[in-house]
Amino acid sequence: MSPTVAGLLQVGILVVALAAAYRPLGDYMARVFSDAKHSRLELAVYRIGRINPDSEQKWSTYAYGVLGFSFVSVVLLYVLQRIQSWLPFSFDRGTIPPGMAFNTAVSFVTNTNWQSYVPETVMGHTVQMVGLTVQNFVSAAVGLAVAVALVRGFVRHQTDRLGNFWVDLTRGTIRILLPIAFVFAIVLIALGVTMSLKSGVDVDGQTIANAPVASQEAIKELGTNGGGVLNANSAHPFENPSEWTNLIEIFLLLVIPVSLTRTFGQLVGNKKQGYVLLSVMGVIWTAMLGIIWAAEASGLRPLEGKELRFGIPASALFANSTTGTSTGAVNSMHDSFTGLGGGGAMLNMLFGEMTPGGVGTGLYSILVMAIIAMFLAGLMVGRTPEYLGKKLGRKEVTAAAVSILAMPTVLLIGAGIAAILPSTQGALNNPGSHGLSEILYAYASASNNNGSAFAGITVTNDWFQASLGVCMALGRFVPIIAVLALAGSLAAQKKVPVTAGTLPTTGPLFASLLTGAIVLVAALTFVPALALGPIAEALL
Amino acid sequence: MTSTLQRTPEEIRTRHAENLGHQVASGVFNPRQLLTSFPDALRKFDPRYQLRNPVMFVVWVGSLLVTVFAVTDPSVFTIAVAVWLWFTVLFANLAEAVAEGRGKAQADSLRKTKKDAVARRLTEDGVEERVPGTDLRIGDLVVVEAGEVIPGDGDVVEGIATVDESAITGESAPVIRESGGDRSAVTGGTTVLSDRIVVKITTKPGETFVDRMIALVEGAERQKTPNEIALTILLSTLTIIFLLAVVALQPFAIYSGGEQSVIVLTALLVCLIPTTIGALLSAIGIAGMDRLVQRNVLATSGKAVEAAGDIDTLLLDKTGTITWGNRRATEFIAANGTDERRLAEACRLSSLADGTPEGRSIVELCVEKHGLSAEPTDAEKTGEFVPFTAQTRMSGIDLNGRSIRKGAASGFTTSDEVQAIVDRISEDGGTPLVVAEVNHSGNDEVLGVIRLSDVVKPGMKERFAELRAMGIRTVMVTGDNPLTAKAIAAEAGVDDFLAEAKPEDKMALIRKEQEGGRLVAMTGDGTNDAPALAQSDVGVAMNTGTSAAKEAGNMVDLDSDPTKLIEIVEIGKQLLITRGALTTFSVANDLAKYFAILPAMFAAIYPALDKLNIMRLATPQSAILSAVIFNALIIVALIPLALKGVRYRPSSASALLRRNLLIYGLGGIVTPFAGIWLIDLLVRLIPGIG
Repeated sequence: MSPTVAGLLQVGILVVALAAAYRPLGDYMARVFSDAKHSRLELAVYRIGRINPDSEQKWSTYAYGVLGFSFVSVVLLYVLQRIQSWLPFSFDRGTIPPGMAFNTAVSFVTNTNWQSYVPETVMGHTVQMVGLTVQNFVSAAVGLAVAVALVRGFVRHQTDRLGNFWVDLTRGTIRILLPIAFVFAIVLIALGVTMSLKSGVDVDGQTIANAPVASQEAIKELGTNGGGVLNANSAHPFENPSEWTNLIEIFLLLVIPVSLTRTFGQLVGNKKQGYVLLSVMGVIWTAMLGIIWAAEASGLRPLEGKELRFGIPASALFANSTTGTSTGAVNSMHDSFTGLGGGGAMLNMLFGEMTPGGVGTGLYSILVMAIIAMFLAGLMVGRTPEYLGKKLGRKEVTAAAVSILAMPTVLLIGAGIAAILPSTQGALNNPGSHGLSEILYAYASASNNNGSAFAGITVTNDWFQASLGVCMALGRFVPIIAVLALAGSLAAQKKVPVTAGTLPTTGPLFASLLTGAIVLVAALTFVPALALGPIAEALL
Repeated sequence: MTSTLQRTPEEIRTRHAENLGHQVASGVFNPRQLLTSFPDALRKFDPRYQLRNPVMFVVWVGSLLVTVFAVTDPSVFTIAVAVWLWFTVLFANLAEAVAEGRGKAQADSLRKTKKDAVARRLTEDGVEERVPGTDLRIGDLVVVEAGEVIPGDGDVVEGIATVDESAITGESAPVIRESGGDRSAVTGGTTVLSDRIVVKITTKPGETFVDRMIALVEGAERQKTPNEIALTILLSTLTIIFLLAVVALQPFAIYSGGEQSVIVLTALLVCLIPTTIGALLSAIGIAGMDRLVQRNVLATSGKAVEAAGDIDTLLLDKTGTITWGNRRATEFIAANGTDERRLAEACRLSSLADGTPEGRSIVELCVEKHGLSAEPTDAEKTGEFVPFTAQTRMSGIDLNGRSIRKGAASGFTTSDEVQAIVDRISEDGGTPLVVAEVNHSGNDEVLGVIRLSDVVKPGMKERFAELRAMGIRTVMVTGDNPLTAKAIAAEAGVDDFLAEAKPEDKMALIRKEQEGGRLVAMTGDGTNDAPALAQSDVGVAMNTGTSAAKEAGNMVDLDSDPTKLIEIVEIGKQLLITRGALTTFSVANDLAKYFAILPAMFAAIYPALDKLNIMRLATPQSAILSAVIFNALIIVALIPLALKGVRYRPSSASALLRRNLLIYGLGGIVTPFAGIWLIDLLVRLIPGIG
């Protein structure tokens, strides 16, 4: 079988598997977030947390919940790393230095999983299991909660209540992420992913680092986290031993963001509204896959930096999916991609992580973009703009604008300063346009909470640790606050009835409009910067 | 009702266009306006003024910055860029000044009508005293006689008079104003032509109708409408994004070894931010209000105009709006074996001297259908007309020993056949009029039945179909019984009707629609319409109506044409569409500008980037300057469109969007490629640039 045919076959299997999971998982998630009953386990959690699960919150209270929970998570994760030398299963790896501990804490709490450290020499198993893995679950659940709160904003009317953050967080973790991750961890172990509390295995007198990989591997993909247990991430045979595990991992990182469009359609009472978002995500994902795949296949050194076990198509498929979701796991080194291929991966992030985006974040990001698109479209049909029965006025446009502004702002400021810092020159592996691509990629990855690295850039100096940490935090929480404020003002509105004058948002016209808006906003914002990086590189 | 109501919308529009002459030369943009507005445009360079418009303020600051650099380090390129950046600001100012200028001309013509009239105020003991009109207070009673100008807005409380309202309506035919009823409101500045009336003043001087109208057309009270505010936020967001993109470009350029001059970066920034829509935004708003005033509609706020574009449900009174208001003969039905011709002749004869609208309509039908003469012969003139009385309930003629009578069926001995016809006509919503010849012995021989129907004005069905295409549901409101209402509703093509409607039913209907989230528009003229006018989202009061109605509504139609609502809705929609279309155009333009400017900036460090120079612009300087010039000129080119508004044709939302995306989205991508390329062909000839 030629690599191309094999690649197409893998894409085919992936699409079939996603299609099979789409309805049951999407419908299940919709039920999880609209269920009136609580399970015993959940009630126990609420008792410990002294939470009244039946009291609903205003958008501001919901936002305080998200911020408070995340802040405490950062502090705990920071402290855990700083006391590592006293923790069991640390293998004398010592405490993590403050800069790195801060960066890592923010990184895992924001669902970024940017790693400025080499896990097998820096992190012990306790920090990995108690700290990082826990955040892999809850940071994804936070994303789900915010997305669901926004959907409630559309569904509800004339209310200031958006649900209860603690309930959404708990349910997302217990009912969605834990069971799926558990099952797939077992599957991955069966397919050869390692699971060990030892620090390594001796092979022919050589010690190869090992860890409890499988339990983290499943949630690493499922929660669109991406932080590897081992430095080589999913290029490592212990994390990703075969084509089948490779495909399962790609499936896992796509399955929730994709199925959430079904959940959305269910919750708003019109499944077509979900399908249309899915079609937009699918069109851009497919187009970008084509670009990356073609660019890599035509490159001069096509297999440099890629796993021979997977080859070009599976590497392109993984790269496209990991950057199209905000995962950031890698099975090949994006730094080694061609100018166009690497640029494509970067562009996936610059779209704002909505094709299909991270767990929850993808859905709320594309809805924000839909609001901007519908605002312009509404004007063009001569009515006060509306989307899903809610008018888009000053408050809504402001919230959507703030949400969209956050990412480019922190990205461009961070990368701009980094580009002229003298210390940066020493951190880069490559000069010229590729060096600039490395800087841009790092800030794009952090600001979009992706976490994948172009590598080729050493990010351990204080500037990078601090600035990337700040980018991750602002890139995550500014949009979340704006999205919750948006949900609040949407929920407070009356429902506008659908009349013959309403612009339908379920057909190809809306899909092309939204696709155009996503591509245009990213292109207009980043073309100047990209011109000096990947575009210059690609045209050379 | 005034005569206006008896005309079709087409007639009104034609008449109206003729009347416009005295007000202001209409909607067509005249390039000379650019020149006359020039002084105003210069005044708008004041930075405090520019601050109101975030997009243009950035251009203003950028122009200043480039000017400083052009002065310290002059070259043909820097000076040219500085000049064209200032032109960009100037053109934006000009757009607004032209729009305002048209309003000013209207205001001036209105102000002429606002003579300082001397009022004859009645004191409490009934003595007249002469006071300046400006001293009048609410509640004062003033006497106005033929030839005098009414000193302030108010209601006639005594007497009846003909009033010349042409000063505000442009309608030269005098109107009747009388105490009581729905024709009691008079407007300050209009002239009493005959008789004497006593007016109770209802507004303070300075807040009268004419004052408000002047403020409105001058734009003095113009506040940004909700959609305009939201759009301004979006435009500011885009401006911030581009500011970031351009500011961050410098460190990337330095890193890449190709530091850029402030002039080039400013030029790029101005080209990218949405200057086209930013420059034209307020002109679009002013012109929208202006279009309303040109159609003789006075809106109390721009918000109401925007709301008109969002209307979901339209309540229309049946009488006078949907139907002519008078019943007309539409059919002769012969009975008892009578020849149809004989029936028609009898009908004609009985109605020749009948001056009522029904009577006239019967003669007209005879002429139309049966080719009979409308004029009585000399012999026929000798006949004696028997007028309608409440006792006999019939009218007719006695001629040469013949007696022909027409009237309600109860006044005649009707056969089963005739009774069946009468019942059928009643069921269809018409009024049956039995025609009979009475012989000498007093027995009547019924010849047949005339069907009188409420006639729907021509073109109504098409207009309602248009409304339906826009997504607006029309509801007919009538005092008729449900049967009649249903028949007329079906004939007129309205979506729904409210029969046997009392004012409170109308109110309840509006509330019900609004609870479902719908926006409701209605027209009204009577005092009992006032609560419903106030409750509706868009309430258009007829100028012929009472002060109460005019106060309650948020628009007044000076033509008192209830079908005007349809045009108001169109203007509201057109206003939003123009904004949306020009925003799309503005943003779509950026693509070509990137292709022009980025290679110009960076081909020196990365020669491969010259591949992006697909327009083959001559030099980096010519490329950047051409983009800046295009960016400025497109504003002037689009001023006429901003003032006239994007063409609006009632169609489904999807069709509208598809069309506008095609024209303004795709057009916005293609146009600048052609424009910049053409400008470059000229610019490259300038020494020091090409």
